[in-house]
Amino acid sequence: MAKKVAFLQGNEAAAHGALYAGCRFFAGYPITPSTEVAEVLSAELPKVGGKFIQMEDEIGAMAALIGASLTGSKVLTSTSGPGLSLKQENIGYACITEVPAVIVNVMRGGPSTGMPTGPSQSDVMCAKWGTHGDHPAICLVPASVQELFEETVRAFNLAEKYRTPVMIMPDEIVAHMRERIVFPEPGEIEVVDRKGPSVPPEQYKPYDTSFGDVPPLAAFGSGYKFHVTGLNKMQDGFPTTKAEIVQAEEERQVRKVEANKADIMKWEEYLCDDADVIVVAFGSTSRSARFAVNEARKNGIKAGLFRLITFWPFPEERLLELSKKVKGFITPEMNLGMCTGVVKGCIEGNAPVLGIFRVDGEPINPDQILDKMKEVK
Amino acid sequence: MAFDYDKYIRPGKLPHIWCPGCGHGIVMKGLIRAMDSLNLKKEDTCIVSGIGCASRLPGYIDCCTLHTAHGRAAAFATGVKMAKPEMNVILCGGDGDGTAIGGNHFIHACRRNINMTYIIMNNYIYGMTGGQFSPCTPTGAKASTTPYGNPDPGFDIAKLAIGAGATFVARGTAYHAAQIDKLIAEAIQHKGFSVVEILDDCPTTYGRRNKYRSVIDMMNRLKEVAVPVKAAEKMTAEQLEGKVLTGVLHKVEKPEYTEEYAKVIQRAQAAK
Ligand SMILES: Cc1ncc(C[n+]2csc(CCOP(=O)(O)OP(=O)(O)O)c2C)c(N)n1
Ligand code: SF4
Ligand SMILES: [Mg+2]
Repeated sequence: MAKKVAFLQGNEAAAHGALYAGCRFFAGYPITPSTEVAEVLSAELPKVGGKFIQMEDEIGAMAALIGASLTGSKVLTSTSGPGLSLKQENIGYACITEVPAVIVNVMRGGPSTGMPTGPSQSDVMCAKWGTHGDHPAICLVPASVQELFEETVRAFNLAEKYRTPVMIMPDEIVAHMRERIVFPEPGEIEVVDRKGPSVPPEQYKPYDTSFGDVPPLAAFGSGYKFHVTGLNKMQDGFPTTKAEIVQAEEERQVRKVEANKADIMKWEEYLCDDADVIVVAFGSTSRSARFAVNEARKNGIKAGLFRLITFWPFPEERLLELSKKVKGFITPEMNLGMCTGVVKGCIEGNAPVLGIFRVDGEPINPDQILDKMKEVK
Repeated sequence: MAFDYDKYIRPGKLPHIWCPGCGHGIVMKGLIRAMDSLNLKKEDTCIVSGIGCASRLPGYIDCCTLHTAHGRAAAFATGVKMAKPEMNVILCGGDGDGTAIGGNHFIHACRRNINMTYIIMNNYIYGMTGGQFSPCTPTGAKASTTPYGNPDPGFDIAKLAIGAGATFVARGTAYHAAQIDKLIAEAIQHKGFSVVEILDDCPTTYGRRNKYRSVIDMMNRLKEVAVPVKAAEKMTAEQLEGKVLTGVLHKVEKPEYTEEYAKVIQRAQAAK
């Protein structure tokens, strides 16, 4: 049987990816350029018995999301810059309480209201450092409509598997462009559900590390009673200020992502093996970069593309390795140097890192990247 | 026979953090008696709070309990209730939590008329942080951030709830302890968003700054200002000056949110 094919907008693909992953609850607040995600799910979720609620603001949306997730639902919200700032409070809550949730954040110009309809890639730092305190961070940065669908499914899988919020951050171009997409059949892409308790309710502890760094999570209303708090907690979920417990729990929360980086990280290496110059790019910028790399190769320049698919965790080790054999990196991005700084931070000065930064609401074009390649000696 | 609170108290979680003379414990006992009178199943009951002394209440009760972020209880609870409408969802917290930082979530929960019960412990002050004024601190009162007297006018929580669309609104006091469970039980049984404001006291941060020499003084004040709604009907405006009405202040029937959403699901599935 032929697979279902459609011509979809990125945001629509994210919504359908969520449904494929088993999302049954959406809470959000409208904001350009992410609103289509909410619009599609307001129509589709009730058809499958799911729930859609438009909350009074993004703080409330993130809160409702966590409440619903605690009842066992797979949950999604979508937003953009200003809304992401508001969601940060309860993203931190989801981190410390270890509640799965997926956040689509379509990147537009900032700070503040910035450029509501202009593309940007300037929220990637907010994905890691936006909420206060030490916490794990997973952030996916797809570059096509098909990939936005597939990475949304993966975002749910990672959230459920690691009991943590996961952000998926298409830039406005990826979110609003229309491309052909081939829907995977049910079962074709793996769908992961959170691990539930294997002990009876009397023995259940919501942060029982005897089951490993990611303890099983019971659902409210399923016969299990437990306490959830945003205070530093013990294995039984109750608050503590005991130094050694707080230290161990904080470290575990970060470790459950860091120690599983190999499972979470994803990137594409295109013509990197013999490359003298590697363009490190993500999202729509990586599409210009691929074009530039192909052009450069035609002109005898050994160029390659290192395309990030996860921004966090960042593939530091691999870039360090590559840095030993290249003459330079080029980092085009629609911000003032966020990815550039991270690349510099992991390659130990082995090669120059030349950034191309645009925050004027215009995409980075291949010519800019080709020009920059000439500076790599 | 004395009432057995242990049935709903989490083993090993007492003593509580509240100061001697704090009214929050009186409210907790009222809630437990109400839950018992309705025979609420612990595993099917979710108690949600924000941040503050009052918001520590859920930790002591042996149910599904969710101690959230400051002001956000109503929003978290809305997610729980929407996703699992069959659960009993009870919210609790302080005046600051519910009417300042949480004011937006509060009025929207009222507007949706989602079937949950919200117990607000109004001690007129931010107790936990040491006695800064709240939106419920009386004008002129002393707080740690109003050393010259509070210039702000206060909220009437019950009127706010009624205006925003709550379909059951009641008020009691920590002094009238025997009434609290009845008000809460009636609120829980009501279908829709129900609000129970309990006038409470904070001897530690409010009382001492405002010339209440003892907890007894504070309790006496609650006793003096409270007038049951029935009794008020026979009183003149002059007699009611400075008084606060107690009992069930508002009770109407309106469509309930999760039931309305169930109809959305039916419509969507019929159109499929
Ligand atoms: C976002 C945020 N802002 C401020 C605080 C500090 N804070 C903790 S409790 C509280 C006031 C609580 O007052 P109320 O809700 O009236 O409860 P009470 O302690 O009086 O029972 C404040 C301001 C916080 N925890 N979070
Ligand atoms: S500070 Fe006030 S509100 Fe807090 S526990 Fe003490 S008396 Fe109660
Ligand atoms: Mg208070």
